[in-house]
This record gives sequence, C-alpha cells and structure tokens, in this order.
Amino acid sequence: MAPSPATQAITLPDPLPLDSGEALEHVQIAYETYGELAADKSNAILLCHALTGDQFVAREHPVTGKPGWWARMVGPGKPIDTDRYHVICANVIGSCMGSTGPASDAADGKPYAMRFPVITIRDMVRGLVGLLDQLEIAQLHAVVGGSMGGMQALSLAANFPERAARVLAIASTARHSAQNIAFHEVGRQAIMADPNWAEGDYYATGAAPDAGLAVARMAAHITYLSEAGLTDKFGRRLQDRPDGTKGAKSFGFDADFQVESYLRYQGSGFTRRFDANSYLYITRAMDYFDLAEEHAKDGKEGRLADAFADSKARFCLVSFDSDWLYPTAESRHVVHALNAAGAPVSFVELSAPFGHDSFLLDVPELDRVVKGFIE
Amino acid sequence: MSRASTGLRPDLAVILDHIEPGSRALDVGCGDGVLMAALRDQKQVDARGIEIDGGCVERCVAQGLSVVQGDADRDLSFYPDGAFDYAILSQTLQTAARPDRMLQELLRVGRRAFVSFPNFAYWRMRWSLLSKGRMPVTRHLPVTWYETQNIHHVTVRDFESLAGDLDIAISNRWFFTNEREVGESGANWRAEYALFEVGRSSAKAPQA
Repeated sequence: MAPSPATQAITLPDPLPLDSGEALEHVQIAYETYGELAADKSNAILLCHALTGDQFVAREHPVTGKPGWWARMVGPGKPIDTDRYHVICANVIGSCMGSTGPASDAADGKPYAMRFPVITIRDMVRGLVGLLDQLEIAQLHAVVGGSMGGMQALSLAANFPERAARVLAIASTARHSAQNIAFHEVGRQAIMADPNWAEGDYYATGAAPDAGLAVARMAAHITYLSEAGLTDKFGRRLQDRPDGTKGAKSFGFDADFQVESYLRYQGSGFTRRFDANSYLYITRAMDYFDLAEEHAKDGKEGRLADAFADSKARFCLVSFDSDWLYPTAESRHVVHALNAAGAPVSFVELSAPFGHDSFLLDVPELDRVVKGFIE
Repeated sequence: MSRASTGLRPDLAVILDHIEPGSRALDVGCGDGVLMAALRDQKQVDARGIEIDGGCVERCVAQGLSVVQGDADRDLSFYPDGAFDYAILSQTLQTAARPDRMLQELLRVGRRAFVSFPNFAYWRMRWSLLSKGRMPVTRHLPVTWYETQNIHHVTVRDFESLAGDLDIAISNRWFFTNEREVGESGANWRAEYALFEVGRSSAKAPQA
C-alpha cells in the first residue's frame, strides 16, 4: 500500500487546474526515463501507462521485483528502441507510485484519502504535460499508450495538439461504455464494502481494504482476458491441494478450480502494490472519459472529429480481435473521426488470443506495427 | 516511355505519372502500399490508404504509410466530401458490392479518380466462355467462379456506359495486355485490363 519507490520525481511549480474546477497544489510527478535525450530534444517518446501500471516500463518493479510491464517492447534494440529514443514514463496523478494521489499528504500533513479531488484523464494529461514543461520538451516524437494509456495519448493529441508528432493508441477507446463503467462500479463497490476501507481513511489504521481491492482486481482481471484464453489456460481443471494431493472437488468453497486459484493469486498480489483509494479515483477518471463530450461546444452534442480538429499529428490505432473490453469497434470509431478531421491515420486489428491484455503480451505483429509507426 | 517509376505494374505507373506532385490521394484497396510509397517518395503526395487485409495494412504501417484497415464498401462514407485531389481504385471495382455507388463515393471524396479493372470482354475471356462454356480463369482473373472476390465482372464498354449514366466524365483511358500498354482501337476486345481517369462532368452535386 502506497509504497514510496526510489524513482525520479519533480514538483510542478504551479497548481494544477482540474476539470472539476478545483486545483491541486504541489503536485509531484514521479517518472522514469530510458535512453539518452538528443541534444535538440527531438527523440522523446512519452509512454502512458494503464490503470494499474506505473513508470517502471522496462525496469524491475521496486515492489514486486518483476520485470517492467512493457520490457518486451521497450529497450535497446526493441521495437521502441532506447538506443535511439528517449523514453519517458510517468506515474499518473491519482496513482500510488510516487505521483500525487489520495495516499499523498495534503497541506495538513495527513493523507488526502477521499479529500483528494476527483480527477479526469485530461487532468492526468495536464500533469504529464507539466512534466514535459519541466523537462523542456516542446514536442514529443511520439506519445504511446495501451488501454488507459491510449486514452491519455488521444487526450494529449486533442488537448495539446502541438505536443506530439505521432500518436499511437493500442487497445483503447475515446469513451467509456456502459459496460466499462459497470465493471468499474463492481470494483469500487467491492472496495467500499470492505469494512477496512473506513470511508477511505485507512492509512493510519494498519489495515487496508485488501479484501475489497482483491475482489475488484479479480473482477477486472476477467475483463482483460478472453473466454477462449481462459478456457485454453485453465479449462475446468482442478487445483492440487496445498498438501500435494491431487485436485478434487472439495464440496466446499476452497479454490477447487485452477481459475479460482489464479484469480485469488492475482487479487492478493495486486494489494501488495496498489492503493485502494487510487483504484477508486483512477477508475472514476476512466469512467468520466468521453473525448467527444469533452469537446462539445455551445450546448450541442460533441463530435469526436472536433476533438482532433487542430491536430497535426500522425495517428495509429491498433485493436485486438479478442479484446471485448475495448473492442475493435471503439478503435474504428476513433479512426472514422480522424478520417473526418482529415488527420493521417493508420489502423489495424490484430489477431491475438489473449483478450485486452494482448497489448502487453507476445504479439509479433504488434511489435512490427509499433516499430514501423514510430520510425 | 518516360515513366517516373520502373517495377510498378503498368496501370500503377501510369497513375503515378499523372498525379500532380504535392497533391492528396486516397488509395482504396492499397494492398502492400507499393503505389502509395511511390507517390510519397517520388511525388511528395500526401497519400492515405484503405485496405481490408490486416497483413497488408501491417506492412504499410511498417513503411510509415497511413493506411486504415477497413472495407471500402462501408468505410469510404467516413471521409468528408472533397478530402482528396485523387481517389484511386486499382483492380478493385469488380469486387465492390455496388460498383456504381463506389464510383460515386470515389468522386465524392476525391475531385478526380483513377479506376482500373480487368476487362471481361478481353478476347481470351470470350474465347474461353465460347469454346469451353465455363467461366474463364486467366492471369488477371486467376480464381474460380465460386472462390473469386470478383462479383461484378465488367467490360470496357460497360464501364463507359455506366460513366455516362452517372454523369461521370472520362478524361483519360489506357489499356493493357501482357503488362504492356496497347492502343485504344478495339480495346474492348484487345485489352486485358483498363485504366480510366474520371471526374464529374458537371457541377452537379453527387447523388446521396
């Protein structure tokens, strides 16, 4: 819970204005960089992380000790080649890996908890742009992200059109659907139903709402996989008992099935590295995301094409055929808006069996598309 | 011939020769992007593509081309009127669900269009049908009738007639056999495939 990892960080000099109308003071942005920045600062790529991701893209995670979440994509000689590009990845505001979030101390020296203002994807992007300002990077070679990272990439393109020459959004969307919101609400309710949540004021109690957060993660994790992928990996196979006896139905409520055991493991592992209140705030930000609505004018319904009207960037969108969380239709919706706005856009639906998580996994076609697009 | 490019299929080389440098072009059914790359590299054209095959799209993107995976029958409608100087449809008209509507769409999104297609009235086709009584399988139409994507076979004369019906003006036409350009005389017999440059013949707005 709320670890303070060794990482680079800057404090934004000015209060960060938020979509809610509030402003956040003394905002800290924690980030990691990979590869050298060119003298003319022309080779910077901003990577935007997903809901539960962080800045440790290609570096061992300080809490879990696991390799970076996109180590297969980012590094020397990798599709995003750190011998050529300066890769920046920052923890989004609202999160818990060093950037200002609900676990951070407010002005009174106590954690914000639920006093933290509700933020949006655009607020996260404002924080990232604040970082770029501090690093004096006027224009990114590219902004790249998958899932919520793709939302940030699109939001940056729409709200700060001069800041990125290339925009790559993978397995993402320009708006959260009713189904997306519904799954997030299940997760939030699980956290808030945990007595340890204590209206968010659990930082000093020594007991975090881990049970609720684990259930939230378990429910969400199902949405990241495909039905075929789950069947392939687990089927109806039974889990061997801890004492080594072969799996059998217990006629009880232990984790009889391997898939149950797997989900429980995913849930409990997650609580060791993530803050429950951050999960509430970030899922809320995603649910509020609707790029067309954000760019509505004069009380008229927003057109997504209008969000990209000022863009000069080249765009690339990638979807996966087995992703039912942000299905291909969502990417196509963005592509059609970009077509209507006259923006140069590429789009491909890749075939991969892993569902939404395909963007993190071994899909060689994705490597080629990413490498080709950013060059 | 003073072709700007060698190695391109002859109809594509003609298109490359006749497109204004620095213009905007949409290649509908762009395949591996060979024409788009030539347009970009030799004519500084702002070229965009639509292609249905994911593998082709991937190879295009890897070359830095802007190509959208999609179905031309459905996705052309998302482009605004007059977005391009040229719309290009090479060897694809006969696969369209409604070639007449496809032509209208090409000339809605593009001021002008290049359209090439295999000529079903080519004498080898006629001979094959006449002598064997079976649907021809040739170099330019190599797939049997039940597998082919070519659902609307068309002849040079059919195309000219359709253009007339749709108030579309033909400004240029080229004919090819054995990958060489051939003359206009007897083209409906002699041409294996044809390329037309077309535009709106009047200021009349495109039909909805």
